[in-house]
Amino acid sequence: MLSNLGNLILFISAFISLSIIYISFVNLNDGKTVLRKKIYQLCLFQSTLIILSFFVLVSAFITSDFSLMTVYQNSHTLKPLLYKISGTWGNHEGSLLLWLIILTIFSFLFLVYNKDHPKNYRLYTLITQNFLIIGFLFFLIFNSNPFSFLSPIPKEGLGLNPILQDPALAIHPPLLYVGFVGSSIYFSAAISSMLSNYSGKPFALSIKNWVLISWSFQTIGILAGSIWAYYELGWGGFWFWDPVENASLLPWFAMTALFHSLIALEKRNLFYFWVIILCIITFILSVTGTFLVRSGILNSVHTFANDPSRGLYILLFLCFLIFTSIFILFKKFQTNNYKINSNSKETFVLINNWFMIFYLVTVLLGTIYPIFTEVLTSQKISVGPPFYNTVIIPLVVLFLIFMSIGPNVKWIRDNFKNLNLLLKILAASLIINFLIIYFFKSYSLLSNFIIISSIFLIISTFLDLYKYSKKKLFNLSRLVSHLAFGFMILFIGLNYNFSFEKDFNLKLGDKKKFADYTIEFENINLEEFKNYKSVVGKFNIKNYSKNLNLVLSPEIRIYENPSTLTYEASIRSGLLKDYYITMSNIDRSEFYNIKFQKKPFMMWIWISVIFVSIGGFMRIFRNEKKIN
Amino acid sequence: MKKKLIKTSIIIFFLFITIVFFVGLNKSSIYDTKDLVGQRLNNISLDNFNSDLKITEQDLKKNNYSLINFWASWCAPCRDEHSFLLKLNNQNNISLLGVNFKDKKDNALKFLEELGNPYDSLARDEFGKNSVHLGIYGIPESILINKDLVVIKKFIGPITEKDFDYIIKTIKR
Repeated sequence: MLSNLGNLILFISAFISLSIIYISFVNLNDGKTVLRKKIYQLCLFQSTLIILSFFVLVSAFITSDFSLMTVYQNSHTLKPLLYKISGTWGNHEGSLLLWLIILTIFSFLFLVYNKDHPKNYRLYTLITQNFLIIGFLFFLIFNSNPFSFLSPIPKEGLGLNPILQDPALAIHPPLLYVGFVGSSIYFSAAISSMLSNYSGKPFALSIKNWVLISWSFQTIGILAGSIWAYYELGWGGFWFWDPVENASLLPWFAMTALFHSLIALEKRNLFYFWVIILCIITFILSVTGTFLVRSGILNSVHTFANDPSRGLYILLFLCFLIFTSIFILFKKFQTNNYKINSNSKETFVLINNWFMIFYLVTVLLGTIYPIFTEVLTSQKISVGPPFYNTVIIPLVVLFLIFMSIGPNVKWIRDNFKNLNLLLKILAASLIINFLIIYFFKSYSLLSNFIIISSIFLIISTFLDLYKYSKKKLFNLSRLVSHLAFGFMILFIGLNYNFSFEKDFNLKLGDKKKFADYTIEFENINLEEFKNYKSVVGKFNIKNYSKNLNLVLSPEIRIYENPSTLTYEASIRSGLLKDYYITMSNIDRSEFYNIKFQKKPFMMWIWISVIFVSIGGFMRIFRNEKKIN
Repeated sequence: MKKKLIKTSIIIFFLFITIVFFVGLNKSSIYDTKDLVGQRLNNISLDNFNSDLKITEQDLKKNNYSLINFWASWCAPCRDEHSFLLKLNNQNNISLLGVNFKDKKDNALKFLEELGNPYDSLARDEFGKNSVHLGIYGIPESILINKDLVVIKKFIGPITEKDFDYIIKTIKR
């Protein structure tokens, strides 16, 4: 029943998309200046239908309707309600439906919120967006149908992968998709802008908030994934340079470059084609990311079922996107000779963009390099953290310095008035850095640079805050994001250098002493839960010199549907540091392998990232206020 | 002219990427050694445990059957299978090649002294690289091959009684 209903809705949606495209073309040539009312209605109808189909799927998951293949493969009656619901988007088919929701809602909202812009521009945007919607609808209906029927109906489902049964991971995909898929709307707007010759400041204004929305959500979405990796994957890291993490980072770089360039386009009418290219790149990278993850061409923690036909469809779609955009771009492209003073805000916007593109190319190269070596030389290789760390980290130092100076530079032309001040800030950063070394411990030269430059950014942004607080209207959003970014790098730097880790084997009742710590393996319990059993260890951790006494209980969970072992870290999060312990059994022995870690400032890394994204949201609200 | 060149190269660049992606799609990226059975091993070059000599295909071709066993002193399940390996050593139709995997030489020697040495020849793979070429992803693992170096069976995990019987049956055929 639900299967038929779902399919019916999807077919109607595809039909509506076609109608929207048709009516829009008619509307384009009818000589009137306004959009037909029917278009609004159809768009509203379209997004309502897609949301409806999504709820059909959700209800199938809640009621454990195993007549649907997707539900059978990814759910189980014993799963807690929250994970039944999040299971809806925890699989390939369901998550594509989430894609469609965002595609259609953004399409509708863009139409409604841009009433002051010319008819042709809005119509072309709508047409392009609906081509994307149809592309994904066809993919959904013919290749990855979430409503495909299963007969005979199984009594029980296969269950959701236990490591995905987690609150952070329940919200991670929706957040990330707003970012990923949200970029579709400015892709469509960019194509439309070229087709309708609508450029410059008004174009920048029309897409500004959409870029910010997708960027802010993308940031938070990446964070949710990171936090999940930190406590679920069990070795205490929060970024692994896994192909899928990279896939989420690539559009983030492009978006960051984009909204900085947009400022230049809005204020100075510069870099129009560069902005267009960035709009296109962002969405293309999002689709490329989807391709890499869903086709199974790369191995990663996000192993969706491997299905080449799926990959082939996305690849065809990707090809279509790339070559159509290139075709239109080549047709419309005009070279502009901008005369830009080297000491002007324009230059600094460009510098930001160079850095972002550099990071983007580095990460992209590292991610797809293994595919190239495999195809061209049949060698299997993997590109790991050493590559990224070596290439990316040293340049972060320079990036932070430019980030401190850039925002205060004037448009058109500036003079080096505040060189003196900068030197003072640099001196202060050096002093703080050496104080840290003096009181705590020394670290590598590169770490020194990282920490000095992040403090440099923090101090200069604080000074800006002080300076601007005397004015009435100032750009708080930028300050918040930049400041938080500075803190993020600082805390990551400190975390990296002040983390402590000890790996050892311990048997029940034994004690292990090292540094100032004593760890006692007090007891072990078997507990039964609704959908898993758990072996819970109890560890007493004492540190006499710091007056520390805490109990941590890592677990080994045994899930039956599907049967999997997972190792749950036990973490005591504090304002200043986290204590982190994991245990794993060693086959045929009474010993357990214990990993104990002290990780300073973890909480502050998360908080910094939240504030980076809050900066983005603040800018959206400020833009809205200015318009009203 | 210059503009045309740039445009063409951009298109060629993207075409190249999509073609690579397309070809890549049809290659399985999952590391799997199931296909190993029935394949012929080639380019074998393992470091001899006691000397600088190499153990190559020629050495393996001398015997009707060979069992390549990957082990280490630090590997607990390796102890379990050891008795079966010793029993296999008494059979004359099969030769045992032990590959000491990511191990310290002293510990390895101690291990053999304690439990006995079942191997007809012994190789050493200090960094585990050569073993990876043979499709090993964890130890203990063993590969049974015939005279033509064709893989008959691959044993993942310790050799059990059942595996032992299988090997005996195969080599007495």
